[in-house]
Amino acid sequence: MLSAEAVKSYIMQGLPCDYVAVRGEDGQHFEAVIVSPQFSGKNMVQQHQLVYQALGERMREEIHALSMRTFTPEDWAKTGNEMTQER
Amino acid sequence: MDVQERIRNQVTANPVVLYMKGTPQFPQCGFSGAAVQILKACGVNDYVAVDVLADPEIREGIKSYANWPTIPQLYIKGELVGGADIMREMYQSGELQKMLPAAQG
Repeated sequence: MLSAEAVKSYIMQGLPCDYVAVRGEDGQHFEAVIVSPQFSGKNMVQQHQLVYQALGERMREEIHALSMRTFTPEDWAKTGNEMTQER
Repeated sequence: MDVQERIRNQVTANPVVLYMKGTPQFPQCGFSGAAVQILKACGVNDYVAVDVLADPEIREGIKSYANWPTIPQLYIKGELVGGADIMREMYQSGELQKMLPAAQG
């Protein structure tokens, strides 16, 4: 069964990230927060596409659903901190 | 007509198209259900919903069409707007509501 930790390492292998957090215990549905400088200047669709690209075929086969929030390091500095404080 | 061409026709001939699992009345996946609820909350009733479970060719083809491997997918005027997460974020920020009536008009 795929672990959240494995999904996290797949993302990090395929995409330079400042921060990645992945949750999900059932092996198929995951939630991720991803901060990457590669997201700068891109819209949300393009940001998510980069993550999907990093996961490649795993996204078609092993992972049923990946819910994600993507941030540039600048946005993360602004909103991300508030978010982590809420939790 | 190949599947990519069929999809291109669907998304360009209709201002708002939602590719989903199941139907708006009976969504077969929580994410598709959420997408339907968001469109409803935006006051959009007139959109084309394509049930990918009823069409295996579309179900596979839609993943490569916009290089997006998950379903649901919302298209406005031929452009991929996003999946359930992006729809939710854009709804919360008010961006989606702005895009939708314009697409219908």
